[in-house]
Amino acid sequence: MKIAIVDYGMGNIHSVAKAIQVCGAQAVITNNKDQISKADKIILPGVGAFDDAMGELESLNLISLIHEQVNAKKPFLGICLGMQLLLDSSQEAKDHQGLGIIAGQVVKFSSASGLKVPHMGWNDCKVIAQDSPLLRGLSNSQVYFCHSYYPQPSDKTVVAATCDYGVGFACVLARGNVYGVQFHPEKSQNAGLKIISNFVNLC
Amino acid sequence: MISVRRNGAIKVAASILNMLSKRIIPCLDIKEGRVVKGVKFLGLRDAGDPVEVAKVYDEQGADELVFLDITASFEKRKTLLALVEKIAANIFMPFTVGGGIGEISDIRNLLNAGAEKVSVNTQAVKFPELISSAAKRFGSQCIVVAIDAKRQQDHWEVFINGGRTPTGIDALAWAEKAARLGAGEILLTSMDCDGTKNGYDLELTRAITQKVNIPVIASGGAGVLEDFYNVFVKAGADAALAASLFHYQELDVKQVKNYLKEKGVAVRI
Repeated sequence: MKIAIVDYGMGNIHSVAKAIQVCGAQAVITNNKDQISKADKIILPGVGAFDDAMGELESLNLISLIHEQVNAKKPFLGICLGMQLLLDSSQEAKDHQGLGIIAGQVVKFSSASGLKVPHMGWNDCKVIAQDSPLLRGLSNSQVYFCHSYYPQPSDKTVVAATCDYGVGFACVLARGNVYGVQFHPEKSQNAGLKIISNFVNLC
Repeated sequence: MISVRRNGAIKVAASILNMLSKRIIPCLDIKEGRVVKGVKFLGLRDAGDPVEVAKVYDEQGADELVFLDITASFEKRKTLLALVEKIAANIFMPFTVGGGIGEISDIRNLLNAGAEKVSVNTQAVKFPELISSAAKRFGSQCIVVAIDAKRQQDHWEVFINGGRTPTGIDALAWAEKAARLGAGEILLTSMDCDGTKNGYDLELTRAITQKVNIPVIASGGAGVLEDFYNVFVKAGADAALAASLFHYQELDVKQVKNYLKEKGVAVRI
């Protein structure tokens, strides 16, 4: 099993790669189109700002490739910013649209009620889609979040798990072969490794 | 729901309702890729190896780790990057790296090597735009501003260069400015309490948590279990950091979290 981790200069790649290896698959960190196409599954990681990330994907010519791969039903997992990029647009972005693979937008937490933003730390991931292969074996585990924006998909049936932080928000999206997690499974100790292992072995 | 009031008590209540766990964070001082300030774990092959020490804290259920690099010279920085890669490859928990960070490229390199967050201190005080440009480039969530504060009559003053140089800057004003510039978190060290084991500086921590709307890690002074309870419940801290207390095994992380849970504080067990 070979999993391509898309390397577009947006951080956090080594821990994702190592987590995949621990779960028994081979991780290929790459922005080479051939290597991405040849991989069995694709992970889009990401730490940083939405505009910069889309700008990087654009300049690496990876946007159409990602669409092709997703349309070809290859299992695809977006992590944190990598998940947010799957949506149509973000309140964070001025210059770029998202990938538009999952309909909806990315919005910012409101700090009006005294809520601290970013949402940073360990919080409950409440599983809704009990039958989702990505979440198999997970009940309501705590996972590590570190973000100021969250996804608001227009089709609520893609919400596989939620988290409460001032508002209830979607922290796992799943639609067919496309998955996205707002938290960092590669930083969420056993619960996170379980999700990575599910992606490697079941998705 | 919760009323819209900028009030410490309300904020504490809000964070409990939101179930966000309070975090316990051991801090390791690193020099030339090795742990300094003697960690005294029995049974470790190499108590100077940051990865081995990190694994112990991982097993104890630490929520995050902070690595503070006190290496002086520029050349040794490469050692730090190699270390960060090694830590990220072995420990599946978030960690922050700080110490001597002054350039956007330093931040990018550390994040790419696997650090979840970086903390800036002296250089951010000297060049506050470092905060805004780093937050714009990498997102606020990975930019921690470390503040070393010391009481002066009626206020707290910011010190830089590892606590050696006074700046004349008011700590509350600086925390507020750092948050406005895009800091995602404040790592607040009380120079008055650090090393005393008489408890965290509740007054200082409360003043800062009420001033800013970003998470605050309290540091300096932890000695007994109640100190953790007090800094979370009485001062509104989001995380509590300790070093020697954990390194010398006077308390372990699991013990602290079990105690907090019993007292009704949300922690991840």
